[in-house]
Amino acid sequence: MNRQSAAKPWLLSAPALTLFLALLLTPLVMTFVLSFNSFNFYGGIKNTHDFGNYLDVLSDSFFYEIFARTFLIALATTVVCVILGVPEAYIMFRMKPFWRSTLFLVILGPLLISVVVRTLGWQILLGNKGLINSGLMNIGLISRPFRMMYSSPGVVIAMTHVMIPFMILAVWASLQRQDPATEQAAESLGAGPLTVFFRVVLPQVIPGILSGSLLVFSMSASAFATPAIIGGRRLKVASTTVYDEFMGTLNWPLGAAIAVILLVSVLIIMLAWNRLMERRYSGAFG
Amino acid sequence: MALLELKNLTKRFGDVLAVSDFTLSVEQGEFVSLLGPSGCGKTTTLQMIAGFETPTSGAIILNGRNLEDVPARKRGLGIVFQSYALFPHMTVEQNVGFGLEMRGVAPAERAGRVRKVLELVHLDGLANRYPRAMSGGQRQRVAVARALVIEPDLLLLDEPLSNLDAKLREEMQLELRRIQQEAGVTTVLVTHDQSEAMALSDRIAVMQAGELMQVGSPFEIYERPRSSFVSTFLGKTNTLAARLEQVTPEGSLLVCNGVTLKGPPANFLPGPVEVSLRPERVELTDADNAVVSGTVSERVFLGNQWLSKVNTPIGELLMTRRNRGSDEPKPGDTVHLAWSAEHLSILAADRSRLT
Ligand SMILES: Nc1ncnc2c1ncn2[C@@H]1O[C@H](COP(=O)(O)OP(=O)(O)O)[C@@H](O)[C@H]1O
Ligand SMILES: [Mg+2]
Repeated sequence: MNRQSAAKPWLLSAPALTLFLALLLTPLVMTFVLSFNSFNFYGGIKNTHDFGNYLDVLSDSFFYEIFARTFLIALATTVVCVILGVPEAYIMFRMKPFWRSTLFLVILGPLLISVVVRTLGWQILLGNKGLINSGLMNIGLISRPFRMMYSSPGVVIAMTHVMIPFMILAVWASLQRQDPATEQAAESLGAGPLTVFFRVVLPQVIPGILSGSLLVFSMSASAFATPAIIGGRRLKVASTTVYDEFMGTLNWPLGAAIAVILLVSVLIIMLAWNRLMERRYSGAFG
Repeated sequence: MALLELKNLTKRFGDVLAVSDFTLSVEQGEFVSLLGPSGCGKTTTLQMIAGFETPTSGAIILNGRNLEDVPARKRGLGIVFQSYALFPHMTVEQNVGFGLEMRGVAPAERAGRVRKVLELVHLDGLANRYPRAMSGGQRQRVAVARALVIEPDLLLLDEPLSNLDAKLREEMQLELRRIQQEAGVTTVLVTHDQSEAMALSDRIAVMQAGELMQVGSPFEIYERPRSSFVSTFLGKTNTLAARLEQVTPEGSLLVCNGVTLKGPPANFLPGPVEVSLRPERVELTDADNAVVSGTVSERVFLGNQWLSKVNTPIGELLMTRRNRGSDEPKPGDTVHLAWSAEHLSILAADRSRLT
């Protein structure tokens, strides 16, 4: 390849690259730098460079609780997305084209509506006097309302609704990569529908489940709107804590430190998960 | 009684008539090929036997039992798919053992039967490989082993050799025939490759556009095709439009482009017909004995034989001659051609050619 053609890809991607650097990397670097500054209520932000904010966060059980809750909610959302999303993707895959595209619309449609609007909708459903609780009480199944608003399960329910399209799309991609004749082969060898699903389909879509899980987990761990609205002010997660530090106490450096810790720990979890799974499945998938 | 009977099998996909009124019976231990061009309904026929497609009408009878209400997983057939459809996440041993596992065969017996069938297909020693670490030919053997290990009444093969390169394909043809005979299993093979069908089968069923055109042994079909479609689909042939002038019990007279030819006795009324003449039946002779004379226009050397094109008054004729190391007529040479009358096949005029 000559010099000119080697430079061409760079030239062509230059506009996008510039945008990327300016809009993503700059704030990230600035947040990183900010996290080493210090803050007090009288003098505001001081341009110091030490680990004070990190020490504050890592020595306070209050923050540990917040991070634990953040990752538990993300984990629970991921698990629910796998349990519901994988069979759903498979069922859709087996449907006639008409129903398949209809269901795709149903599943992807919500992505076109603002998360805030959707979450407010969940608020109407999940509240103590909400649709679900009054319904259950009216038919006499429960006597007192289930507490779903301002609780972790409520956040998981609403977040699953937001995240499940990503799981379905990831699983869908690997379903399309598998040879449909493998299902017929299993059937001809005497396997019933459940055996076909668990022994033949599921193992082949594991790469899709893994990538979907990574996507859902990282997006859930850093989600803001759903935990802010359904969780409220008391059920704090990492992203809402960052928000409170920035907008409430105005302690920007501490907020920045929490944001950096969240980013780094999500990255570490993702990389570890990826490595683990690569090792586990390198035997069967190329 | 036949092992497998297909009775007036018909399959429609919307407006497309994929298989039309297909009737065929297959005897115990027989190797039958469904042969036809791509899209003629071979796979659809096989899928109906396997239970993956429901016939629009007609019946499939295996061992005297109508399979109409029997789901695919209860039919107990061995199927080898065109893509092999091996389970990528299972080793060879797990792949082959899957059918036995589904039948609840105990692990110890399963291991023994898997080992035996892997020996049959010459794959012993590769039991712990994953499919993606194997060559095309090896995967194909795994697929055959997986279908055979359940000791099926019937083995169905859908274009099993089409993903292999030419040399391996020839080797696997012989292999497949050996395995089929050693296992003694009744087999239905689907293929669009006439040489594969001829090499492997006891009988060939030639299909065109969803219809069964002719059934018979490879020799019968090659020597006595009943339509010009069959004669051109199996091997090379010269097809000539002619007029049948006269038929007697001893022979017939045909006129082709103004040239009168002697032909074999025929079951046709005088009128337009087609005549098929295999290139290997055309011989060189001298001017006195010639049926027609012409000029060589092209000549191709194929190693074991020469293929020449000769321009004659009755049309362009292909001629093949064994390579005996001697010189052959060159392009431009005048040659005199002859053949005996019984080597002409007289066929019904192709309706599509008349219109
Ligand atoms: N599921 C299907 N839906 C609609 N048409 C089909 C379907 N399967 C096959 N066909 C049509 O039926 C005809 C025969 O197909 P097939 O049996 O696959 O042919 P072959 O295996 O001989 O190449 C083709 O015209 C094909 O387009
Ligand atoms: Mg086919």
